[in-house]
Amino acid sequence: MEKAPKLSLSEYEKNFDEITPAFSKNSAVLEANRCLYCYDSPCIKACPTHIDIPTFIKKISTDNLIGSAKTILESNWVALTCAKACPVEELCEGACVYNEKGEQPIQIGRLQRYSIDHYFENNMPELFEQKESNGKSVGIIGSGPAGLACAAELSLLGYKAVVYESNEIPGGLNSWGIAPYKSRQADSLKEVALVESFGAEIKTGITVGEDISFDEIFRKHDAIFIGIGLGNSQSLNIPGENLVGVVDAITFIEDVKQEVWTNVDVGKKVAVIGAGNTAIDAATEAKRLGAEKVMIIYRRSEKEMPANDYEYELAKQDGIVFHFLTSPIEIMGEDSVTGLKSLKMELGKEDEKGRRVPIPIADSEFEIPVDMVISALGQKVKKHFVESINDLQIENKLILVDKETFQTTNKRVFAGGDCINGGKEVVNAAYDGKRAAHGIDSYIKSL
Amino acid sequence: MVDLSINCGGIKSPNPFWLASAPPSNSAYQNCKAFEAGWGGTVWKTIGDPVMNVCNRYGAIDYNGQKIVGLNNVELISDRPIETNLKEIAETKRLFPDRAVVASLMVESKREAWHDIVKRTIDTGADGIELNYGCPHGMSERGMGAAVGQVPEYCQMITEWVTEVSTIPVLVKLTPNVTNIQLPARAARAANADGVSLINTINSIMGVDLDTMRIQPSVASKSSHGGFAGPSVKPIALHMVSQVAVDPEVNLPISGIGGISTWRDALEFILLGASSVQVCTAVMHYGFRIVEDLIEGMTNWMESKGFSSLDEVRGKAVKQITDFGNFDLLHKTVARIDQDKCIHCNLCYVACEDGAHQCIDLTQVNGHTKTEVREADCVGCSLCALVCPVEDCISMVRVDDESQSKTWNELMADFEREGKPLSWENLAEFQKKHGIVIH
Repeated sequence: MEKAPKLSLSEYEKNFDEITPAFSKNSAVLEANRCLYCYDSPCIKACPTHIDIPTFIKKISTDNLIGSAKTILESNWVALTCAKACPVEELCEGACVYNEKGEQPIQIGRLQRYSIDHYFENNMPELFEQKESNGKSVGIIGSGPAGLACAAELSLLGYKAVVYESNEIPGGLNSWGIAPYKSRQADSLKEVALVESFGAEIKTGITVGEDISFDEIFRKHDAIFIGIGLGNSQSLNIPGENLVGVVDAITFIEDVKQEVWTNVDVGKKVAVIGAGNTAIDAATEAKRLGAEKVMIIYRRSEKEMPANDYEYELAKQDGIVFHFLTSPIEIMGEDSVTGLKSLKMELGKEDEKGRRVPIPIADSEFEIPVDMVISALGQKVKKHFVESINDLQIENKLILVDKETFQTTNKRVFAGGDCINGGKEVVNAAYDGKRAAHGIDSYIKSL
Repeated sequence: MVDLSINCGGIKSPNPFWLASAPPSNSAYQNCKAFEAGWGGTVWKTIGDPVMNVCNRYGAIDYNGQKIVGLNNVELISDRPIETNLKEIAETKRLFPDRAVVASLMVESKREAWHDIVKRTIDTGADGIELNYGCPHGMSERGMGAAVGQVPEYCQMITEWVTEVSTIPVLVKLTPNVTNIQLPARAARAANADGVSLINTINSIMGVDLDTMRIQPSVASKSSHGGFAGPSVKPIALHMVSQVAVDPEVNLPISGIGGISTWRDALEFILLGASSVQVCTAVMHYGFRIVEDLIEGMTNWMESKGFSSLDEVRGKAVKQITDFGNFDLLHKTVARIDQDKCIHCNLCYVACEDGAHQCIDLTQVNGHTKTEVREADCVGCSLCALVCPVEDCISMVRVDDESQSKTWNELMADFEREGKPLSWENLAEFQKKHGIVIH
């Protein structure tokens, strides 16, 4: 692989510096006072965790920052990550009534971060009532946002929450999957520390199904919560996939998240296959690591692209080149990648999901010279693991749960986050985990 | 644990936050809803003589994009019969025995009329009575409200009619539309009132529409002064509360009112001597739900400062209040600009140059402007620090050696002792001795 030259440390830091900086006190108060403090507001409804946004903002305006953090955390245990990583323009800020007036919406994400930063800077003052221990324990698989939220909520409800995390550093996607210019691992670890402060135990470096069997933890605990997210990107199923320089997007993003920039090699010319938010992250990160040219290869058009508008804009600002209606058929090269053979596509009729099906154009084959291929075709649930659990019904390749209680078809097993929804936002997982804790509580109480 | 409970002239409530006698406390429905939200007390919308209201009733000032920094009204006292109100007061008190339910009263200036309404109010189980001597519009034309509050003798006479029959605490609500608030407060004291509530609303016209030339609020092309309230009246209210708090001839518990929107505002009133605080405009703007932040913010502040009860906080700032003649003339501060924080807006320069004492220099350095205080010339007025848009960029720094002090009153006493008249020459001599340069 022809590697892009390494940058200076200061260049890396500049490239991965956060794109939305923290508010100063004055600017936070000004912005908070711009909030209309709507009643029964649309922003609350648009937030998957239903944070009482006008109230937490009102409390910033009165300098009741501890109260503000309490309002936020009551609804969302990973509120710092959400403040930095949520697609706010599609959620709370997109619903802000100012949009209807044709004015800038309130910067809810930044204000949330202002309150939560203050909370962590003040060493997490105790704000939450914790029920006395009820002697019951719940095993939680995965310490991502769903698992953390579930552990936090269960701990406050009086349960012993034991989280099994295969990685040595906990936090799941919050620690390993968010572009560093949005949120750093240190942010995620603050949230982990908060959950641990409630008494939850996080066992890292333990993979359930390998280091300990599912049956063992199933026997050990009164209930199980599965928050394992998804596996690596699906394989491309084209020749050349094993060449040096072909990497999986999830692995690549995790490597970057080590935050030792010089350790991650990128090609001079990089093709990212797929056009979801993960593909954009991989593309922008490759570019910021010093790749000269980064391309996104997508077989449908701009209109069908799964990435949201904000991410698309971000990628364009980073100079990412988009090859729409392009489908790779072979990765070229002897040992290392040298090119990507592709076909031009056109769109046919809509499929069952309403998306137009791409159809190859005859004799349209062409080659794009590249040194590195990052596959970001979307992820699937970890099939092997979920199939090993008794009575666990899988539907559409996802774990089937009750929408209210998050109980699976195995009564003692609950699940939430990406492994039940196929890959939504951190904030959805945070909500699932929290609701599942109450589902588990009701279930155990009913026994 | 922080205890927010208070006792204002014998009226107790679990927190100091009361609804002021106003539209939000008009009915049992509203007062009960407020109590469910967490309010500590209510002063029921004034009940009394028959009235009729008009449309519109309110006018507002918006300022630089902020809605309702001031609200005025020409709404009268309750337009529902006395019977209805008394019945609802009794019902509300029965449902919320731990909250303060205070009945605000206003009837014609006849002893029998007051005796009658006071006795009927006591029968409801209300915790106290507030006498509305403040309403500045409408009722005052009929010899009630401010027409009473502006004449200390009337204020005393009617309060006596009430206290001679009342078995529950009596608060007298004072109008700010007077030149000296201490006089009606002393009248309340002389008539054995248990406390005073202040301020009521201020006479005002909110504005004139430049297209229609209509005055706000407008009632079918006519207008009149209304009662001004909301965040912008707070400084006036704080001053009047402090004047009552420092007056040894008053020495009564105070229920503070006037522009309270946040827990911070409430604490300012309490630091100046108020026992309870009353809120209206902020509720009219945002609803009863604001009480969550009022209680939580105040509790968090008390915890952070190590206070456990409001008794420790009440009146803590009052002792600073004095006369100009007692200020130290030798206390010397100058402005310092933190050049690293400066964003080069030059507002400090223009404010000092045109609006104060011309002691900031504006120079060009490396392609941008630089503002620097000539400390020898700075009079320490603090205008530059007030206009500066950057937090902690301009600070006022004390520069005298703190070894000496001299107030104006002491200086005048010195002059008298030394047989010197107060003259520019003698003042200049004093200034020269202490290195004070006047520009």
